[in-house]
Amino acid sequence: MTTTPAAADELLLPVPDEDGAPFWEYAARGELRVQACAACGRLRFPPRPCCPHCRSFDSEWRRMSGRGRIWSYVRPHPPLLPAYAAQAPYNVILVELADAPHIRLAGNLVTSADAPLDSVDPARLRIGARVHVVFTETGGMTVPRWMLEKS
Amino acid sequence: MAATLKDATAIVGIGQTAFAKQLPQSEKELACRAILAALADAGIEPSEVDAFASYTMEETDEVEVAKAIGAGDVTFFSKIGYGGGGSCATVGHLASAVATGQATVGVAWRSRKRGSGPRPWKNTAVQLPTPGQWTRPFGLLRPADEIGMLARRYMHEYGATRDHLFNVAMACRNRANENPAAMMYERPLTREMYMTSRMISDPLCLFDNCLETDGALACVIVSAERARDCRHKPVYVHSVAQGLPSQHHGMVNYWNDDPLSGPAWTAARHLWKQADFGPQDVDVAQIYDAFTPLIPLSLEGYGFCGRGEGAAFTEGGALERGGRLPINTGGGGLSEAYVHGFNLINEGVKQLRGISTAQVPDAATCLVTAGEGVPTSAILLRS
Repeated sequence: MTTTPAAADELLLPVPDEDGAPFWEYAARGELRVQACAACGRLRFPPRPCCPHCRSFDSEWRRMSGRGRIWSYVRPHPPLLPAYAAQAPYNVILVELADAPHIRLAGNLVTSADAPLDSVDPARLRIGARVHVVFTETGGMTVPRWMLEKS
Repeated sequence: MAATLKDATAIVGIGQTAFAKQLPQSEKELACRAILAALADAGIEPSEVDAFASYTMEETDEVEVAKAIGAGDVTFFSKIGYGGGGSCATVGHLASAVATGQATVGVAWRSRKRGSGPRPWKNTAVQLPTPGQWTRPFGLLRPADEIGMLARRYMHEYGATRDHLFNVAMACRNRANENPAAMMYERPLTREMYMTSRMISDPLCLFDNCLETDGALACVIVSAERARDCRHKPVYVHSVAQGLPSQHHGMVNYWNDDPLSGPAWTAARHLWKQADFGPQDVDVAQIYDAFTPLIPLSLEGYGFCGRGEGAAFTEGGALERGGRLPINTGGGGLSEAYVHGFNLINEGVKQLRGISTAQVPDAATCLVTAGEGVPTSAILLRS
């Protein structure tokens, strides 16, 4: 299971698997961390048990600066699950991390950590725009969201 | 010398049910009707069937099908994963089984009630073959959202526009308008309709998405030798391939180093390596079109043009009948029926038999592809 049944008026919560759990535990502490191989040092995402480069099973979680750029984005419109339809059209962005250009994280661009998914004016969505991570708590889980850097 | 699948087997029968938003029959009944129609088309008794192949997402098991149609002892059965990525691999697996003597008469099929039945991503409890914890909480809920993300990047990187996506939708609709069996037979599309239609996942609008369809299709595969005794001109399975690229992630493949070159590239390399001809010799193509952006991406992957040139390739009527590469001549998933791409296989057979409703004159070679983005498959057919 990678998602959980949610009440109709709630956004889906991440359901961590064994490999992904540390990401969410660090997020709860306000830290954005990515899995790295403890042997060869290469970062990998999504997390997995074994390094695809050197096949080591030893990993560590490396703290990221939390800065990145928008690699792409979509604006979903209904039909959608009720909680998402209520905020649609919202944005989903893909952020390429400044520290690791090939690590890309899906998320939402918002005006503040707790703002709705449609809080940013769509005219401000732009591939290449600089963003930084913020964290918000929802339903007992802490999830990363993203805000535009002041330019 | 190693064994080869090249032209060792042929598709000798095709069958389909009606396509509609809603059909009264069950998926199981639709499957049986399509399979029996394909066997009748081939002139082969159901009791001779000893091999089956379908998709892992097919809900009617070979046990049920074999029992219902009165198949004989079955010695080969196979299910292929990744939704629409499985279509051509069903033919490929049966071709392998028949060519190596594991079976003699193979049936591939897909039956689906997507028009009136459930959609997996509407159910929040369903596990999808994607790492959902990294996407779904953020509202990437549907395949259209995931492909929309890639499409936006593709448009940004290569200057592709909504007009290019419209070219794809229009080519498919024009062919459907010639095909009485197509759901969009009497429903012409205009540029204005396309440009003013509602968004589904911006940048993708309504007409960039495939149809919601109830229906089933099947085809019959036998050895080339046996094919000569069947009712119709054999359509030879010339080359087959599956593709799951290194470090691929499923439909959400934007974690790769290069998200814009998907599984099509991997499948294509093997497909052409095994073939006696290349992309320039393909008379007609049936390219998996759950979403319009999959066409330019696939045109690049299968080598019809260079990287980043897929959108420009669609210009000047290239995909239309009489164009440089006529595609999806039955209307495709966008305008004939969306049955996980199986209609593309049967349409390829019709072209090489010379009986398509949008016949390409003297078509002798056809590429058929399965879903791009997901782990995929493809076949080359020749007459």
